[in-house]
Amino acid sequence: MTRIHVTVDGVAYSDEVEPRTLLVHYLRQSLGKTGTVVGCDTSNCGACTVHLDGVSVKSCNVLAVQADGHEVTTIEGLAEDGQLHPVQQAFHECHALQCGYCTPGMIMQACDVLKDNPDPTEAEIREGLEGNLCRCTGYHNIVKAVQQAAGQMRSASSGSGETADATEAAEVSA
Amino acid sequence: MTTQMFGAPIRRKEDPRLVTGGGRYLDDLGNDALAAAFVRSPHAHARVVDIDASGAVDVEGVVAIYTHEDLPGAVGEPLPLLIPHPTLTHGRTGYALAKDEVNHVGEPVVMVVATDRYVAEDACQRIRVTYEQLPVVVGIEKARDGEALVHDDVPGNVAAHMTQEVGDVEAAMARAPHHLTLDLDIERSACTPMEGKGVYARWDAERDELRMYSSTQTSTGVRAAVAAKLGLPLQKVECIAPDVGGGFGVKIMHPWPEEVLVPWAARLIGQPVKWVEDRREHFISSAHERGQLQRVTVGFDDDGRVLALDVKFWHDNGAYTPYGIIVPIITSTQLLGPYKPGAYRCEFWSLYTNTVLVTPYRGAGRPQGCFAMERTMDSIADTLGLDRAEVRARNFILPEEMPYDHGLLFQDGRPLKYDSGDFPASLAKLKALVGWDDFAAYRAAAEAEGRKVGLGIGCYVEGTGVGPYEGGHIQIETSGRVNVSTGLTSQGQGHETVFAQIVAEELGVRLEDVHVTTGDTRRMPYAVGTFASRAAVMSGNAIALAARNVRAKALRIAADALEVSPDDLEIVDGTVRVKGAPTTSISLGTVSVLSNPLRYAFDEAARAATQFAGTFDPDKPPVADDDEPGLEGKDFYSPTQATFANGMHAAIVETDPVTAEIRILRYCVIHDCGTMINPMIVEGQVHGGVAQGVGGALYERMAYDESGQLLNASFMDFLMPYASEVPTVEADHLETPSPLNPLGIKGAGEAGCIPVSAVIASAIEDAEGFPITRMPISPSELWDLRRRHAGGEVPSLHRALHRALHRAPHRAPHPGLGRPTSPATPATTPRDGSTTTAAVTKETPA
Ligand code: FES
Ligand code: FES
Repeated sequence: MTRIHVTVDGVAYSDEVEPRTLLVHYLRQSLGKTGTVVGCDTSNCGACTVHLDGVSVKSCNVLAVQADGHEVTTIEGLAEDGQLHPVQQAFHECHALQCGYCTPGMIMQACDVLKDNPDPTEAEIREGLEGNLCRCTGYHNIVKAVQQAAGQMRSASSGSGETADATEAAEVSA
Repeated sequence: MTTQMFGAPIRRKEDPRLVTGGGRYLDDLGNDALAAAFVRSPHAHARVVDIDASGAVDVEGVVAIYTHEDLPGAVGEPLPLLIPHPTLTHGRTGYALAKDEVNHVGEPVVMVVATDRYVAEDACQRIRVTYEQLPVVVGIEKARDGEALVHDDVPGNVAAHMTQEVGDVEAAMARAPHHLTLDLDIERSACTPMEGKGVYARWDAERDELRMYSSTQTSTGVRAAVAAKLGLPLQKVECIAPDVGGGFGVKIMHPWPEEVLVPWAARLIGQPVKWVEDRREHFISSAHERGQLQRVTVGFDDDGRVLALDVKFWHDNGAYTPYGIIVPIITSTQLLGPYKPGAYRCEFWSLYTNTVLVTPYRGAGRPQGCFAMERTMDSIADTLGLDRAEVRARNFILPEEMPYDHGLLFQDGRPLKYDSGDFPASLAKLKALVGWDDFAAYRAAAEAEGRKVGLGIGCYVEGTGVGPYEGGHIQIETSGRVNVSTGLTSQGQGHETVFAQIVAEELGVRLEDVHVTTGDTRRMPYAVGTFASRAAVMSGNAIALAARNVRAKALRIAADALEVSPDDLEIVDGTVRVKGAPTTSISLGTVSVLSNPLRYAFDEAARAATQFAGTFDPDKPPVADDDEPGLEGKDFYSPTQATFANGMHAAIVETDPVTAEIRILRYCVIHDCGTMINPMIVEGQVHGGVAQGVGGALYERMAYDESGQLLNASFMDFLMPYASEVPTVEADHLETPSPLNPLGIKGAGEAGCIPVSAVIASAIEDAEGFPITRMPISPSELWDLRRRHAGGEVPSLHRALHRALHRAPHRAPHPGLGRPTSPATPATTPRDGSTTTAAVTKETPA
């Protein structure tokens, strides 16, 4: 057993874990954070995606001990003050989920894509989500939701400044 | 009237919990449960000689290890054959844990229960099973030749042999002026929901009761099967389907071995036990579908009308037949699509192989049937030099011929009788959407750029909403909260939303006051399950009927209270009010109070219903003889036959002239599932279905080697499409209401995936100029076909020859001046006897 200190969704935890424990199992079983789910054995489906120090990782492919001293954000820590994150909101509005099993990972990955590229093209979104499988939606509405969230996040971050928005977009596409 | 709910694209009620990680899937429950893991057979066909668990018993944390010898009574007997059929003369099912023999890789042999899954798997690693290998049957050809047998007592590996015939096929075939024979091949794929199966059971020793959860498409089915296996009264077993992360058919099969073993072990050990399927287990020990070889012989007239259709096919049913022969029966009947076949005969053999068993996967035999029929339509058109859409139109059943009885028996044992549909209208819409008539110009423009494009089409009819029945129960609480329950389950179809829409509309209440529960046997013990695109039709109508009952009762009670006639009342936003005098009103919550005469007042509202409140007629009992307390209603919907939805798809694909990479440029869908409850959800179903169809057409297959090892049993090797592979779907709808049910609806769940392989094959063939008879198709297979076509092994399509001839003066070199690698004459004579060298000119644009 090894002791780890991890901050998950803003709360500091300190636990004994077996060295072989996967981060996803630590989150689910030790912390009860069952919002992050498992869809495969091979780090191909992305259902388990969380942010480790702000960057998306597949938590089935990270050992809990590797998260020692780091900060993890899961789907359960994304909404702030009861307000859905714009990506969560857009998934709801665009009907971007059916069974919802891929959704936590898909949303976390979409956030990561938008962090790197606030104004992605459709192709860039599809490429950015390549690594997250969904068997229900055919991705059509997921792509739409990410586009919608991107628009919302851009206008929120630029306030009402149309110019700022345009510049930002121009920079990205450049 | 309340804001219109039925037919509106209402955002889903399930989303808020699912987008925040608040879903409760099977593995999210029972954190205190022991974990089960299984030793599974590494061989496709073998005798189990010895099991040595001595190395595992000492692993710290191991609680129990079970083999078949440990299973008592019915638990140790073969699993049930769920759907018997007279032609399934050699049905076979496996055991919960293998007894003496294993028949596919992945069959469970030993069960380990331990403190957690890590430990359980450690223990599995230390269990030694000795096998004696037996000859392996993989692939339909090998099953068909019958040299090796999967089950010793099943000659020829034939589980079932069935023939249905309408009309005199021999005679009609003999009279037909033209004939074609097609040999077709479809490979296996699988549902692969993102959440695998899972079971969690708790035994309550004080009450002698079992509570189990299963990631299932039928909680009532699991409950009945488990009660029977464990010898428990039904009343002592409850089964709940929690949030289910996709099903697509595989979770309608039941009871899976684990669904029997986990509750059995939980009871024996006296502690909760859970098993969650991992991805590899899902590939090798759940179910697959699709694999068929087909031979179609068709006779047709000069106009392309089918006069006789004679189909034989060989269906791979895997190692066992617990779900009967539903899949091949559906293929054999739904193959007909929107067409009148003249005389029709279909003969099939359902064959055992040493592979994972085959049970319905979204579409359930229809994609294969559609492939056979649509390939045939394309061939007829090509042979006669007719437009492919036109040939289809000439064979359509027309709206005025509805209802149309094919004279065959469908999968529910009832007549295959189409209720409604307007196929010419659907086709017209599809042609407009894809730009059918302008495609020649599109192709010419593409060819001018050195690109190869093709247009494909596929039409289908889908029997949806099969019986026997579903029920709906509605209860209005004194707070005005409306509780709705139905027994079938949800796996992402948005039942909480669509059923709430129905109730809101029928009852006149606000959507947010309606709370739907599905798949919980405590709430609705009578149900069948979610499959065959039946939930909306069956439960939707049952719930509508129940809502009408509740509404009638509410109006009756309110009319008494308001001293008016029920006919003068309406319900708006949960308030019963007098039409034209809305201030004379009473809330449904208050009606609920009045409906339940009370002795005890537990709160303010309840006071109004107590025995000393208000006036009453002393000569009448508080509850009338023919009445019941409470504002509740229940009803069941049980139709005499299925409803038949339909759709038509078209796609434009581009094939790379050099690498043979296949890209879908456009994918267009016209879909008619009758009246839509929620078009947003219907469209989502179509999108998802198309994506699965694209997977099945271009990427997914089960790569078994000859020893029965599944070589691609992971998402690393099984190519399930990502967002980067699935095209944008352009969809439009037609709403031809079903005359068969109160809501006019038909099912939509499976629609999207049915014709995709047919459509993509049609489009690739159109791009390439030679027939595509085998799906899925990969770039390397297409490349190989090109090579064989160039070598004359694969004939050209007639229209490719014609196009080549037309093009020749302008762009292509003279056929005789082709590349040296392309022989001038195809080895097989084209069907019109021409010797034009399509292989040469075809490649010129590259
Ligand atoms: S569960 Fe982590 S990638 Fe599939
Ligand atoms: S919504 Fe079911 S897997 Fe994506």
